[in-house]
Amino acid sequence: MIKIVPRGNSSKSMFIFAPFLSVIFTLITASIIFFIMGYNPIEAIIIFFYSPISNLYGISELLVKATPLCLIAIGLSFCFKNNLYNIGAEGQLTMGAIFGGGIGIYFYDVSSFLILPAMIIAGAIGGALWAMIPAILKTKFNTNEILTSLMLAYVALLILDYLVVGPWRDPEGFNFPKTRGFGESGRMPVLYQGLRVHFGLIITLILVFISYFIYSKTIFGYQLKVSGYSPRAAKFAGYNKNYLIFSAFAISGAFAGIAGIGEVSGPIGLLYRDISPNYGFTAIIVCFLGRLDPLGIILASLVIALTYLGAEDAQLFLRIPAAVGFVFQGLVLFFLLGTDLLVNFKIKVKEKHGY
Amino acid sequence: MNPYLIRIENISKNYSGVLANNNVSFNIRKGKIHALLGENGAGKSTIVKILYGLIAPDKGDIFLNNTKIVFKTPSEAKLQGIGMVFQHFSLFESLTVSENLILGIEEKISFDQLKNKVKVISEKYDLSLNLDSPINNLSAGEKQSVEIVRALLQEPEILIMDEPTSVLTPIEAEVLFSTLKKLIKEGKTILYITHKLEEVIKNCEEVTIMRNGNVITTCAASGETKESLALKMLGYKVNSQITDYSSISEELLISAKNLNKKFNDPFLTDLNNISFDVYKGEIFGIAGVAGNGQRELMELLTGENIGKVDGKLTFKNKEITNFTTKQRRDLGIGFVPEDRLGHSAIPELSLSENILLSNFPNNNFSKFGILNFKEIELQAKNVIKEFNVKAPNQETFAMNLSGGNLQKFVIGREIKSNPQILIVFQPTWGVDAGAESFIKESLIKLSKEGTSLIIISQDLDELIEITHKISVISKGSLSKHFKTRSLDIKKLGIMMGGVID
Repeated sequence: MIKIVPRGNSSKSMFIFAPFLSVIFTLITASIIFFIMGYNPIEAIIIFFYSPISNLYGISELLVKATPLCLIAIGLSFCFKNNLYNIGAEGQLTMGAIFGGGIGIYFYDVSSFLILPAMIIAGAIGGALWAMIPAILKTKFNTNEILTSLMLAYVALLILDYLVVGPWRDPEGFNFPKTRGFGESGRMPVLYQGLRVHFGLIITLILVFISYFIYSKTIFGYQLKVSGYSPRAAKFAGYNKNYLIFSAFAISGAFAGIAGIGEVSGPIGLLYRDISPNYGFTAIIVCFLGRLDPLGIILASLVIALTYLGAEDAQLFLRIPAAVGFVFQGLVLFFLLGTDLLVNFKIKVKEKHGY
Repeated sequence: MNPYLIRIENISKNYSGVLANNNVSFNIRKGKIHALLGENGAGKSTIVKILYGLIAPDKGDIFLNNTKIVFKTPSEAKLQGIGMVFQHFSLFESLTVSENLILGIEEKISFDQLKNKVKVISEKYDLSLNLDSPINNLSAGEKQSVEIVRALLQEPEILIMDEPTSVLTPIEAEVLFSTLKKLIKEGKTILYITHKLEEVIKNCEEVTIMRNGNVITTCAASGETKESLALKMLGYKVNSQITDYSSISEELLISAKNLNKKFNDPFLTDLNNISFDVYKGEIFGIAGVAGNGQRELMELLTGENIGKVDGKLTFKNKEITNFTTKQRRDLGIGFVPEDRLGHSAIPELSLSENILLSNFPNNNFSKFGILNFKEIELQAKNVIKEFNVKAPNQETFAMNLSGGNLQKFVIGREIKSNPQILIVFQPTWGVDAGAESFIKESLIKLSKEGTSLIIISQDLDELIEITHKISVISKGSLSKHFKTRSLDIKKLGIMMGGVID
């Protein structure tokens, strides 16, 4: 008889091991799915998970995809650590792209080293302001931030939609729903000639390091942790709950906003409808897969970025719809939630008799 | 013929390294009140839960009427005639008495059948119940009657009662004992778990004493005195304190004037006209039965639940009624709430990290918001050493400490912040005797150094031992105070029963 019994103390090693286990289970399930679809599972897995990163260009592409995922996820961890479920990062990313991109469009023909920093700062402000709305609603009216932040994500996407077909449409763009391209001063410099990996990666790594510092070495990080573990203890300690809510939302919004401007001023170079393949939502998976931990989030962002690339290659070489990438992302989260059980419980095989 | 109804033989139970029961053996005679005496953590609850089928022993046997029994669930125990009344009521607060009763029984019966059954039991044992009243309208004594009737509906041969008087007033306790005696007359057997010595001597025939998971002895209660039982239960004599008024000075530190707070919530107690004065170096005790507004008062004093408060709370003549917890801490007021896990300490964090929870003024724990781990660790080490906390080191997680050790740590942490006032809720709730006497000594020592203390506790003995003056809280009202040295226990008992003049 198999029984699930409480461990008593939660297992530290399982806490770290469970995300790896979930990736392994995802690979197994992926092979089964490929097999059912009539492909050689081993070949398919290689095409999906190895061939995209088998050359320098592929690794650059992996980093291009991982950059926004990692940056948004590390921002979200400020909220999630405090049990604030901001799931509207996609909207905050979009607002960041709009705020920063606006500057890029306006100064498209100006050449100045100040434009890119201004765009990044505007992007951060745009994302943070958009994230302030659920924070204000939560602190003033006790609304559920899951609903408000999610709904605001769609509002932001519609605003972008309006701008690119309306006031910001490229006058020389043959009526395509897109803006004119940013000037050279409004583009993220690439890190290696000929590859797309850009300066956003450096910004991301710096912000990850700063987040790590905040979490491990500051009172503010400690307060977030305490208030996440136990709101009652945070109250007992006398922390200002609203201050923590506003700061967490502001940081996560700003990071998502920077990720947004990183995308549009990096690989894209202008504003149009589909600036993000759901980075804001996928980052939620990255954040949990990385256990809300800076190092974990870096690793998780690479794994999830690979599912994006793998899906593209699978579509190209196996003629499987690229949506299969989203299926794998979902599976990773699904198995993570499942294996999380093992942190606090263990599986015991018992013989059947008496007690 | 064997005169024993139940024989417990060599029961052992190991909880992840802690031996809760070590070869426990004792026998229970039919038709007696058999006491199981021991401190918190002595292993009483474990053996009883094994008997009731809630947990499985690692080894050992239980015989009922000379037949070996193995219960896998409480339902099996109930079918064999074992009933149990838990220490903490397991009633649905918003359901009525009859709904609670019908939920508790195994067979399917109608409400009318239930009514008849309850009527018979009520008359037989003098347990009057209003079947249609919601549980949250009942007093603790009435709730307990519901629990007892629920157990009796199964027609048990043996009734296990786990510390039944811990939530009752002295008068309610008397009523309970007369009920128990009626049950005995009917031929039932009662296993009575307690840590109150007087109850054993007054009401029980036989007593089994447990300490640290072992049975010390089983003997006739009639031959014992309070002192002899205490010696067997504790194993050593705890130093008793004598009230010393010399440390109190004239300076008024904290004062409440007519504090009122209405909650409009059936599960909370409104506070009415709470007034008290506490002087420098004085220990003020607030006695009372659980659920009479202690928690609500505590949250008012800590600042965790302010707003809509009438009246005035002053600290050194400065009004602080609407101060936040942080503002109060900055004035030098320390707090120790009742719950250790998740309130005064965070189980998932290390002891060092838990030090930071009470980030009192003028500490060296951080500079410009950046933590100074050396100072934090040093403070944690000092608390562990000075307050005799049994922990491997300061990086141990709070969840790995026993209740007593964690409480010593929490109280030590607050004391080390040199508070001007320390407000403590249930200082020794669920801690072992050694920790209990250590905590009491620490609190007295603190008052001698000039700190004022407010101690809210359900344990009257504890308050008598350490406080200078005591008031009683009942239904949200606070009585005038009495000097502890010249206390009239009877009067206090009556006030705890709800009569406050």
